[in-house]
Amino acid sequence: MTIRQLLEILTVLIPLPPFLAFAFIVLFFNRWKRLSHSIAIGAMALSFLMAQIVFWTVIGWGGEALYEHPIAVQVPWLPSGDEVLSMGVMVDPLTAITLFFVSITCLAIFIYSVGYMHGDPRYSRFFAYISLFATGMLGLTVADNLLMLFIFWEIMGLCSYLLIGFWFEKPSAYRAAIKAFLTTRIGDVIMLLGIAYLYSQTGTLSFAAILRDEAVLHELAVTPSVISGLSVAAAVGLLLFAGTVGKSAQFPLHVWLPDAMEGPTPVSAMIHAATMVSAGVYMVVRMFPLLAVGMEGAVGTPPMVAMAIIGSFTAFFAATIAVAQDDIKRVLAYSTISQLAYMVAALGIGAYVAAAFHLVTHAFFKALLFLGSGSVIIGAHHEQDMMEMGGLRKRMPVTFWTFLIGGFALSGFPILTAGFWSKDEILAYAWHLNPVVFWVLAAGALLTAFYTMRQICLTFLGEPRGEHAEHAHETPWVMTGPLVVLALFALFFGFVGVPEEFPVLGELIGYNWFHHFVGATVGELLHHLPGPESFNPVPLAISVVAALGGLTLGWLVYGRRPLKAGETDPLARWLGPVHTVLKNKYYIDELYHFVFIRPTVWLAGAVFRWFDRGLIDGILHGIARLGEILGIANRWVHTYVIDGGVVDGSAKVVGATGRELRQVLQTGQVQHYLLQVLMFLCAFALLYILFF
Amino acid sequence: MEFIHEHLLTLITFIPLVGAALVAILPRDQERLIKWVSFLISLIPFGLSLVLWANFQPDAAGFQFEEHLVWFPQVGSSYHVGIDGISLVMVLLTTLLTPLALLISFSIKENVRSYFALFLMLEMGMLGVFVALDLLIFFLFWEIGLVPMYFLINRWGSEKGERVLWGQFKVPARTYAAFKFMLYTMFGSLGLFLAIQVIGLTAGTFDIVRLREFWPTFTGSLFGLPITVIKTIGFWAFTIAFAIKVPIWPFHTWLPDAHTEAPTAGSMILAGVLLKLGAYGFLRLVLPLFPAQAAQFAWVLALLGLGAAIFGGLAALGQDDFKRLVAYSSVGHMGFVVLGIAVAAWALGLDGPARDLFRTDVALATNGAVLQMFNHGITAAAMFALVGVVYERAHTRNLKEFGGLGVVVPAYGGILLFCTMASLGLPGLNGFVSEFMVFRGAWPIFTLVTALATLGLVFTAAYLLWTIQKVLLGPLNPRWEGMKEINAREAIALAPLMVLMFVIGVWPSWLIELFNAAVLRLIG
Repeated sequence: MTIRQLLEILTVLIPLPPFLAFAFIVLFFNRWKRLSHSIAIGAMALSFLMAQIVFWTVIGWGGEALYEHPIAVQVPWLPSGDEVLSMGVMVDPLTAITLFFVSITCLAIFIYSVGYMHGDPRYSRFFAYISLFATGMLGLTVADNLLMLFIFWEIMGLCSYLLIGFWFEKPSAYRAAIKAFLTTRIGDVIMLLGIAYLYSQTGTLSFAAILRDEAVLHELAVTPSVISGLSVAAAVGLLLFAGTVGKSAQFPLHVWLPDAMEGPTPVSAMIHAATMVSAGVYMVVRMFPLLAVGMEGAVGTPPMVAMAIIGSFTAFFAATIAVAQDDIKRVLAYSTISQLAYMVAALGIGAYVAAAFHLVTHAFFKALLFLGSGSVIIGAHHEQDMMEMGGLRKRMPVTFWTFLIGGFALSGFPILTAGFWSKDEILAYAWHLNPVVFWVLAAGALLTAFYTMRQICLTFLGEPRGEHAEHAHETPWVMTGPLVVLALFALFFGFVGVPEEFPVLGELIGYNWFHHFVGATVGELLHHLPGPESFNPVPLAISVVAALGGLTLGWLVYGRRPLKAGETDPLARWLGPVHTVLKNKYYIDELYHFVFIRPTVWLAGAVFRWFDRGLIDGILHGIARLGEILGIANRWVHTYVIDGGVVDGSAKVVGATGRELRQVLQTGQVQHYLLQVLMFLCAFALLYILFF
Repeated sequence: MEFIHEHLLTLITFIPLVGAALVAILPRDQERLIKWVSFLISLIPFGLSLVLWANFQPDAAGFQFEEHLVWFPQVGSSYHVGIDGISLVMVLLTTLLTPLALLISFSIKENVRSYFALFLMLEMGMLGVFVALDLLIFFLFWEIGLVPMYFLINRWGSEKGERVLWGQFKVPARTYAAFKFMLYTMFGSLGLFLAIQVIGLTAGTFDIVRLREFWPTFTGSLFGLPITVIKTIGFWAFTIAFAIKVPIWPFHTWLPDAHTEAPTAGSMILAGVLLKLGAYGFLRLVLPLFPAQAAQFAWVLALLGLGAAIFGGLAALGQDDFKRLVAYSSVGHMGFVVLGIAVAAWALGLDGPARDLFRTDVALATNGAVLQMFNHGITAAAMFALVGVVYERAHTRNLKEFGGLGVVVPAYGGILLFCTMASLGLPGLNGFVSEFMVFRGAWPIFTLVTALATLGLVFTAAYLLWTIQKVLLGPLNPRWEGMKEINAREAIALAPLMVLMFVIGVWPSWLIELFNAAVLRLIG
C-alpha cells in the first residue's frame, strides 16, 4: 500500500469516529456519563490523529504538488437516467489547512466540555450531539463535491438546533434554536437552488470538475442565466452566497447568531469558531474560482461585489452593536459576525488567501475567547452579565491571561498576535483594491479593539460588582488546559503567514508559507488575482493605529477608572438614545417579527380557515347541499307527483274500474256468467279469424 | 415452488384476501389470536415481495412476472397482472407498511375481528392496483380499496369531534370524514370509469400493455367528435380521478379530514400507500395513454404542485391539531411528486434532439418523484404512528396542551425528532434525496416554479420545528408527568421505517436502480 492509498483511506475515515460515537452514545450508552464522554473524546482524538497525519504528510508534498495530485476517492452514489452522481473525498491545500484547525479546536472543545457540562442531567446526550457536530464539519471539509458539502452543512444545522436548544426547558433556548434553524434554512434553500442550477448547467457537482477546469468555468461565465444581465456563473455564485449569508450570519440573516448564545458555552465555541460559521466562509472560499470567473483586473464579478458590500457593511454594523452589549457571550457573538464579515469582504475584493488566513486565525482566537468566557461563567457561578463582574483577574488568573491573549488577537494587536497578521493582510489588499471597503473595515477594526478592551476591563479589572464575581474561582485544568493550548495558537499561528516583504520580520522568516500553500488551492488563478505588488506602510500604519487606538480608547473609558457597582455604562450616558438603539440591535428582530413572522402566521391561519375550510369545503358542501336539495325535491316529486299522482292515481283508477265492473259483471246469476263466457269465446274466435 | 414463482403476483395480491376470510371465521372473542394471525398472514405477502425483488431484473424491458388469465372475454378484458420497477417499489412499500400498521393496530379494542379482516382486504385492493395491467382490473381494485377504508374511518376513527354542515347540522367528525373520502373518490371514479369504457370499447381491449401502443396513436373520430377532443376529455377524466386521490391541491380537502379521523393504522396506510395510488395512476396510465395532452397541460400540473407545496405548507403551519398538521404535511410533500410528474409530462412533448438535451433533467425529476412516493410513504406512516403513540397516552392531539414531553419520554422524543427530520428533508435522511432530485430535474424546465417551491421547504421546516417545540420542548406540562415511554411493540413497528429513512438517505442508489429503467422507458 502506498502512502497515497493510506492517506485516501484515512481521509475517508476522518469523519467516521465521531459519527459512530454519536450513534453508540444515543443508542446504548446514554446512561453512562463517563463512558459517554470517553467514547466521544476518544473518537474525536482518533479523528484528530488522522487529520493531523494527513495534514503533516501533505505539507511535506507542498502546495503545488498537492494541487496537481490531490488525494481523491469517489464512489457512485445517485444513478439517474444514464448518468450517475458520485460522492467522494478530496484533500487539497484548503482542505488540509481546514482539517488542521478544525480537528484541533474540536478536540479542545470536547475536552473542555468535560469540565463545563459536569453535573448536567443530559451530559451523555451533549457529547453525542457535539460528536455529530464534529462529524458534520469534518465531513464537510473532506467533501469533494457541493452536494456532499451541503449534506454535512445541513447536518451541522441540525446539530446547532439541538445544541442551542439543549436546555430546552427554557423558552429562550428553544426559541433561539428554532430561530437558528429557520434563519439558516432560508439561506440554505436558496443555496440549494444554486446547487441545482450549477448541476443542471455542468452535469456535475465535483469541485475538481468545475473549479479546476478552465473550459467549464469559461462556459459558465459566458452563458447568460435566467436572470437577465447575469452570467450563469454570477447567478450561481449569488445563490450560493445566500447560503453563506445564512450560515455565517451575515446581514440580513445575522439575527440567529447572538441568540445562539442560549446553548452551553462549548457549543457557542463550536458554532462560532470551529464549525458552523466557518463552514459558511469555507464554502465561498472553496467556490472562489467560480465566484471570481469573469473578473477583469480589480473589477469584481456580481457575486464578489455583493460579498464586498455585505461583508464590509456587516463588519462595521455588527461591531457597533457589540459596543453596547452587556452579556459577555453576546459581545463575542457580534464580534464573530463582524470578523466573518471581514473574510467575506476580503473574498469580495479578491483577497483569497487573506480570507482563508483570517478564517484559520479567527477559529483559534474565537474558540479561545468563547471557552474563556465559559470559564468565566463557570467560575462566576453562571453569571453572564459583565456589569455584575469585575475583579476576576486575581481570582481566575489563567482564564484572565488567556482571555487577554484572545482579545488582543481579536483586536489585531500588532506583531504579537495571529489576528494581526490575518487582519492586516485583508486591510493591505483592501487599501490597494477598494478604498471604501478599506475605510469601513478599518473603522470596524477600531471598534473591535474598543469593545474588546471594554469587555476585558469590565470582566477582569477593578473590583467585583456582584455577589457571584466576589466568590469566583479558577476552573479545573480540563477547562484551562484547552485555553492554554488555544492561546499558543492565537499568539503564534500568525507567523506562518508573514508577508515576505514585511520589514525585518519578513526577511527573518523569509517564506510566507500560508500564502504559498493555501494559495496553491486555486492554481493559476492566484497569479491573476490583483493585489499589492510591494509592501505599503500606509495601510499597515492605519491598521496599527486602529488596533492600538481602539484598545487605548477602551482602556481610557473602562480601564483607567473601573466601573463601580451600580454605575451605568459611560457610553450609555454619552450616546443617549443611540446607545439604546445599539443595545436593541437596531430593533431588527422586532422588525422581522412584524414584517415576516406575523404575516406568515396570519396567512397560515387564513389559508386553512378561509381557503381550505371556507372556499374549497364550501364549494364541496355546496355541491352536497345541491345533491340534498335535489334529493328532497325528488322525494317530493315521488311522494306527491309520482306516488300520489301517477302511481296511486293509476291504482285508484284500476280499483275504481274494478269496483264498477264488479257491479256490472258479478251479478251472482249463472246465466249472466254463461253469457259472458260465450261473449268472450266469440270475441277470441273473431280475433283468431281476423289475425291468423 | 414453481407454482409460487409462476403466480407470485397473484399470491401476493390475494393472500391478504384469504387471510381476511380466515380472520373472519376465527372466534370473535379470541382477540389476541385474531391480531397475531392477521399480523403473521400479512408477513407472507411481504416475504413474497422480497422474493419478487430478488428475482426482479431491473434492466429487462417490459413487464415482469406477468400472468394472463381469461376473465371477461366478451368485453376484451382479462386478468392480466405484471410489474415493472415502479410497481415493484410500490408493492414493496405496501407489503412492508401493512404488517407494521397491523402491529400498531394491536391496541384496537372494539370489533377486533372485523377491523383486522377489513384491513387485510384493504391491502388486497391496494396491491391489485399496483400489479394490474388491465384497465378494468385496475378499476376494480381501485374501487375495492375504498370500501374497507370507509368502514375503518367511520367505525374505528376518532370518537371526538364534530363538523357543522351548512351551518346547522352537526355530524360526527369521523362520519363526515368517511363520507367525504368516499364520495370525493367516487366522484373521481365516475369520470375514470366512463373514460375507461370509451377507451376499452374503441380499442376492443382493456389490456394496458396493448393500449399503450394503440390509444396514443389512434386517429379518426368517435361519436362524431374529433379524436383530440375525446382524448382531451379522457385525459381530464383520468387526471381528476388521480388528482383527487394524490391529492393534488386544490382537490385535497378530503385528506386532512380523513387522515385526522382515521384510526392510527388507517392514517398510516392512507398516507403511506393510498395517496401513492393516484401518483401511480399518473405514471402508469395518464402519461403513457395521453402523452400529447399530458405535455400540453404539464404546466398546469407544475403550478398545482407548487400550490400544494406552498399552500399545503401554510395550512399545516396554521394547525393546532397534531394529526391534522401531519396530514397537511402530506399535501406539501406530494406536491413535489406532482412537480416531478409534471416534468415527465412536459418531456413527452419533446422529440429528437430536444428530448436528448433534457433527458438527464427529466430522468432526475421523474426518478425523484418515484423515490419521493416511496420516501413519503415510509416517513408519513412513521409520523402518523408517532402521533398515534402520543394520542393513546394523552387522549388529546391539541398541540397547545403538550409541552416538555422530551423530559418524560426521551426515547419517544428522539424517535419523533428523527422522523421529523426525515420529513423536513434533512440531508442524510431519505426525504432530501428525492426532493433534491425533483428540484434539480425541474429547475431547467420550470425554473420559476422550482424557485418558488423552495418557499414550501421553508414552511415545512417552520411547522415541523414548531411541532417539535410544542410537543417536546419547553417546561413540562404537569398533566403528563407520568406519561409512559414508547413501548417495545410500537418501537418495533417504527424501527424498520427509521432504518429505511437512514439507509436511503445515505445510500439511495440500490432503490433508484430498481425503477430507473422503468422511468427511462416511461419518458422515452
